[in-house]
Amino acid sequence: MSTMQKLLGWVDERFPLTANYKAHLSEYYAPKNFNFWYFFGSLALLVLVIQVLTGIFLTMNYKPDAGMAFAAVEYIMRDVNYGWLIRYMHSTGASMFFVVVYLHMFRGLMYGSYRKPRELIWIFGVLIYLVLMAEAFLGYLLPWGQMSFWGAQVIVNLFAAVPVIGPDLAVWIRGDFVVSDATLNRFFAFHVIAMPLVLIGLIVAHLIALHEVGSNNPDGIEIKKNKDPVTHIPLDGIPFHPYYTVKDILGVVVFLMVFSAIVFFGPEAGGYFLEANNFIPANPLKTPPHIAPLWYFTPFYAILRAVPPIFGSQFPGVAAMGLSIVVLFFLPWLDRSKVKSIRYRGWMYKTWLALFVVSFVTLGYLGLLPPTDTATLIARICSVIYFAFFIAMPWYTKFDKTKPVPERVTG
Amino acid sequence: MKKFLMTLLLVPVLAFANEEGVKVDKAPVNVQDYASIQRGAQLFSNYCLTCHSANYMRYNRMHDIGLTDDEIKNNLMFAAEKVGETMHVSMRPEEAAKWFGAAPPDLSVISRSRGADWLYTYLRSFYVDPSRPTGWNNTVFKNVGMPFVLYGLQGEQELQVEKKMEHGKEVEEEKLVLTKPGTMTQPEYDRAVADLVNYLVWMGEPSQSERKHLGIYVMAFLAFFFVVAYFLKKEFWKDIH
Repeated sequence: MSTMQKLLGWVDERFPLTANYKAHLSEYYAPKNFNFWYFFGSLALLVLVIQVLTGIFLTMNYKPDAGMAFAAVEYIMRDVNYGWLIRYMHSTGASMFFVVVYLHMFRGLMYGSYRKPRELIWIFGVLIYLVLMAEAFLGYLLPWGQMSFWGAQVIVNLFAAVPVIGPDLAVWIRGDFVVSDATLNRFFAFHVIAMPLVLIGLIVAHLIALHEVGSNNPDGIEIKKNKDPVTHIPLDGIPFHPYYTVKDILGVVVFLMVFSAIVFFGPEAGGYFLEANNFIPANPLKTPPHIAPLWYFTPFYAILRAVPPIFGSQFPGVAAMGLSIVVLFFLPWLDRSKVKSIRYRGWMYKTWLALFVVSFVTLGYLGLLPPTDTATLIARICSVIYFAFFIAMPWYTKFDKTKPVPERVTG
Repeated sequence: MKKFLMTLLLVPVLAFANEEGVKVDKAPVNVQDYASIQRGAQLFSNYCLTCHSANYMRYNRMHDIGLTDDEIKNNLMFAAEKVGETMHVSMRPEEAAKWFGAAPPDLSVISRSRGADWLYTYLRSFYVDPSRPTGWNNTVFKNVGMPFVLYGLQGEQELQVEKKMEHGKEVEEEKLVLTKPGTMTQPEYDRAVADLVNYLVWMGEPSQSERKHLGIYVMAFLAFFFVVAYFLKKEFWKDIH
């Protein structure tokens, strides 16, 4: 036995290193028919690593102080060695995290990855999405520009719309009567430690649940139903390592090309990743004429604005916005179809999913614009479609004509 | 499925009109043109730096545009002792607010919030308006608090309303007309403002040239890595059917 093997044996007697390596990599059998849409899970993990690493270096040079925060960011951009690179990677990473996560979630919708026995994977996933939104929102205050300040002001004021306890709740969140130094300090604490801890815990849970039941695939077939009688390895499964590690490396390279193109040649991404108004220091006395959240929040912001106030209270809009995310948790039980994958579903589900995607994207676009009568009307129609996709799901998935599902995975 | 992807891609990525809805001219910006940035720096320190600070910009950063410490000290530094200092002004913001109605904003990153085109147009759109406390107004920035400090160069403009026929309708068009020339001709002045805006754009992000330069190497590496990763994947997967 070589020294390395001896060392490994020594560790294995005390810690299940080899067992874990096998369970999660070399003997974790994934369906062999993963397509393009299956890159985004590993890419989300990559972006998380980018955000954590760049975040550590930003924290070393940033000052969470209302009087110093804006200058600290410019200090990072100008005086810290490669500070501009670290900062742009972090700001681009925030938006790319959502790009990747939205595509990952869409994959789940297409192939029924939330269906039994993967309900918990989906629920952990929705929780990850929620925490990610909180993380992004908290982090956006830190540069202390006009959009940071007024964005935070608008979002925290949503909590003030909650009946009875609202105003006190908003003060409790801010730690002050307006967004201020106290708010910046607590948002910093939540952004750099509280949310990342919860996020990593949830990602671990997401992966443990995934590896317990095994991955879904574009055919929506359970590969564990067809095992080799001798080895008990799924016939359509291949070891995650090396097959999907080398395949994911390819995905990583392509992703990094897109990511680097933005970081190095257009970090503002036309104002979508870094808003022009956020290069003006926060001024509590000067409200910008148009406050738009960053693009990844705009679908929900559009839903919020689409709901008319009742008795002068904005609460219905806030409640609708909250429900638009809460409804995602119920998805595994709303879908009554006999099949999982869109490949074997009928026209009804395909049409509804198409309508849903179009409404979501349209809402996202409308959320960027100042409200007009036409925009509000379109936003209302899209909001109704958004909710109808979920509410009507038990019926249209049940009555939809499905195609027969093959025994073994296809191409 | 491709349909969905296309829908996602087709989300109109439109540039928004600026908030006042004013038409702006395209600024001829080129941050590789060090001579232009240097001339802009000269204008900046002569005309802007009396009231506007650039608190995040260090004088010695101008090494990047080809200036030496002595050149910076002798030609551009009037209010600072050392080249490592940032571009402060001695005017106090509270007093400035009293004099001009609003404190002059710091200009370190003004090119990133306003955009080069806006700045280029703004600095060429001042006109004489006796109704304003400073005697000046601006077509891009209505009732601006800033007096036109570059009038010695451009001269004085007046706002004239012209009636024109357009598509069979009478349209009123506002036009700026030079009534009293300054020391520069119109093209010379436009060139000077272009230099100044070029400097402001460079100052907004002094690392932008380094960023793009490094980016080319990163993309080249990734292209090479892609080829390696592609064949690695192909080799491993050749037995999977």
